[in-house]
Amino acid sequence: MTPLTSRSSALLGLLRKETFHILRDRRTLIVITLMPVIQVIIFGYAIRTDVENVRLAIVDPSPDYATLALRARFGATSAFRIVGVLPRAADVDGLFQQGLAQEAIVFEPDFAMRLGQGLPARVQIITDATEPNTGSTVQAYALQVIQGYEREIRAGSDAVRIVPDVRTRFNPTRESSNLFVPGLMAFVLTIISSLMTAISLTREKETGTLETLLVSPLRPWQIVVGKVAPYLLIGFVSVIGVIIEARIVFNVPLVGSVLLLLAEGVLFILVSLSLGILISARTSSQRVAMFGALVGTMLPTMLLSGFIFPLESLPWPLRAVSIIVPARWFVTVARSIMLKGVGLGYLWRETVVLLAMAMALLTLSTRSFKARLE
Amino acid sequence: MRRIRFLAWAEVLHVVRDRATLAQVLVLPLLQLLVLSNAATFEIRDVPTYVVDFDRTTASRGLIDRFVASGNFSIVGRSASLDLANEEMLRGRITLLLTIPHDFESSLVRDHSARVQLAVNAEKGSAAGVVQSYAVRILTAYSAELGSTLLPTIANVRSTVGDQPPVRGGGRIETPLRSRYNQTLNYKHYMVPGLLVALVTLIATLVSAQNIAREKELGTLEQLNVTPLTRGQFIAAKLLPFWVLGMLDLAIGLTAGWLIFDIPVRGSLLLLFGSAAVYLVAALAIGLWISAMVETQQQAMFVTFFIMNIYLLMSGLFTPIDSMAAWVQTVSLFNPVRHFVTISRAVLVKGAGPAEIAGPLAVLAAFAVVTLALAIRQYSKRTA
Repeated sequence: MTPLTSRSSALLGLLRKETFHILRDRRTLIVITLMPVIQVIIFGYAIRTDVENVRLAIVDPSPDYATLALRARFGATSAFRIVGVLPRAADVDGLFQQGLAQEAIVFEPDFAMRLGQGLPARVQIITDATEPNTGSTVQAYALQVIQGYEREIRAGSDAVRIVPDVRTRFNPTRESSNLFVPGLMAFVLTIISSLMTAISLTREKETGTLETLLVSPLRPWQIVVGKVAPYLLIGFVSVIGVIIEARIVFNVPLVGSVLLLLAEGVLFILVSLSLGILISARTSSQRVAMFGALVGTMLPTMLLSGFIFPLESLPWPLRAVSIIVPARWFVTVARSIMLKGVGLGYLWRETVVLLAMAMALLTLSTRSFKARLE
Repeated sequence: MRRIRFLAWAEVLHVVRDRATLAQVLVLPLLQLLVLSNAATFEIRDVPTYVVDFDRTTASRGLIDRFVASGNFSIVGRSASLDLANEEMLRGRITLLLTIPHDFESSLVRDHSARVQLAVNAEKGSAAGVVQSYAVRILTAYSAELGSTLLPTIANVRSTVGDQPPVRGGGRIETPLRSRYNQTLNYKHYMVPGLLVALVTLIATLVSAQNIAREKELGTLEQLNVTPLTRGQFIAAKLLPFWVLGMLDLAIGLTAGWLIFDIPVRGSLLLLFGSAAVYLVAALAIGLWISAMVETQQQAMFVTFFIMNIYLLMSGLFTPIDSMAAWVQTVSLFNPVRHFVTISRAVLVKGAGPAEIAGPLAVLAAFAVVTLALAIRQYSKRTA
């Protein structure tokens, strides 16, 4: 047997051992495999910002034909659900505080009479603006209903109208799941690649078995490959799982090239794995490694990648930090391929950044791993 | 009672002696509050907007000025080429494309009605709907303004069809708008009261989840098992110090939020801390329950992280409960975090009193009782 084949069979042995380790720890295995599945469901059904079924309270001190007509319009619109008709505007606060109403429209007394006399008639729109975006949106809904009514009663008069013709590009139904799935891929890959790798390598350090591996005929790179290859495989499989689940349950489109998406995925896995190795090389206990992976990789992936919260909303210091977060680039790439169907022509910049990150981190991590040898 | 006091005191000493833990529970929440309140935001300002103005008239320029003046939009480019605009959108550099057709002003003067096109880049997600409602509001305000002042002037200057006398106010409906509780639409005023809950929850649950597991790993749990301490006393002694810690964290976080972000405190602080007292029992009991169940600190961290992740995402902290699918809304009723987030926002931002938050508070109390019972049951003095 030549030294080369003995080394490669030793690598196979290490791979087998690592696979056994992963398969034997049932609790962790369940968490790894279940996490992506549950995350897709949660993000698809729970993390949404669409505003529907607005709970509307109506304050109508003197009901007449005009207020009743407007109330009927609100009742007929599917966007609103009327939760109560109150005689006094002061009662609205209690409903807001209990969360029973999100919006109230307040008619002034003698509404129809004023309209008939050609006087301006007032109807106040009060919104619970605790959540500013929902507040603005429900306000716009109510304005539309009232303006529709006004146009009807003033048909033929001089009212000026600018009619917006709204088109929503790239995600016409504004389905949240379409946007979250690309980000979710980045998140799942980060958990498996960075977190699991960091912990698994540090565990060998803690238990002292890494020393045993180091004195074996295996080269350092082979140890690294043997330790991370199974996680690379798990990561790859879960990404495909996420895509399939998203497609079946939420009908998330995949407009662009699957091959390009998977290739970029592998690139991102490389970056995450190198980060995991780097973290494990710099830490000595599982607890510290876990904490480092949490703060260094998972939180940035969740908060600074544009995955949930739009990058545009970040203040500039955080936006500057987001440039060095690999997930930020991958999320852009994955979204563009899945929703817009663009190719490398549009994505070369992001790809180059990811490539550069992968090279730099790989060099850095293998070097700090080697440094332990001497 | 004395036994509880001794064990609780030992726990306090542990926390105070270990600098790392002390920093973890006192400094980390502040850092998280600072970063999260800035990062976890759907706030929309300076929407990158591209304008294609085919009209180039007083009316079209006036419309563009209104977009700029609103402060919500920032014009990042303008040209007379739709191809250029589409290219920018494909590259993801713009969120809104406003196209004004060439007959914009003339049809306004002629028919009192004109069309503009708004293309919203929905790739940016939740922003799309709000961007659209902002734009529609500007268009509405502008058309009202045109009707009363601008259009007659334009028509006179052009003196083409300026023969119509401006009729004003004829049966108009005025719609004064009022945004309650958050007039300036400051996103932090919404997020910080919710984030306080998240911080208290994370610290309380993580610290308590690690606790019993650590005693198991160190072997000191066996020593406690052979003392006359009952199971209830054991859990009570573990719970008390962390309960104080949680209240302390809430007080620190609230002070920081008030000093740094000027968040409103409209309701009674006594009511908020009273609710927190009940909530913390539930949060800590869940942590201790996990801790009694698992074998190692590692597993405790994993399980806690997994559960917290789901709890926080489904609590309405980041995205409104109202927007969630109907079945998720039902499921989230069994999430204590949801109820305390509701209470915190209602008391701080809306100034709700005891009557308004009685519902969620009662649910929290029920949670506290049930989880405490579960934790006591899970901890058995015999090791298998």
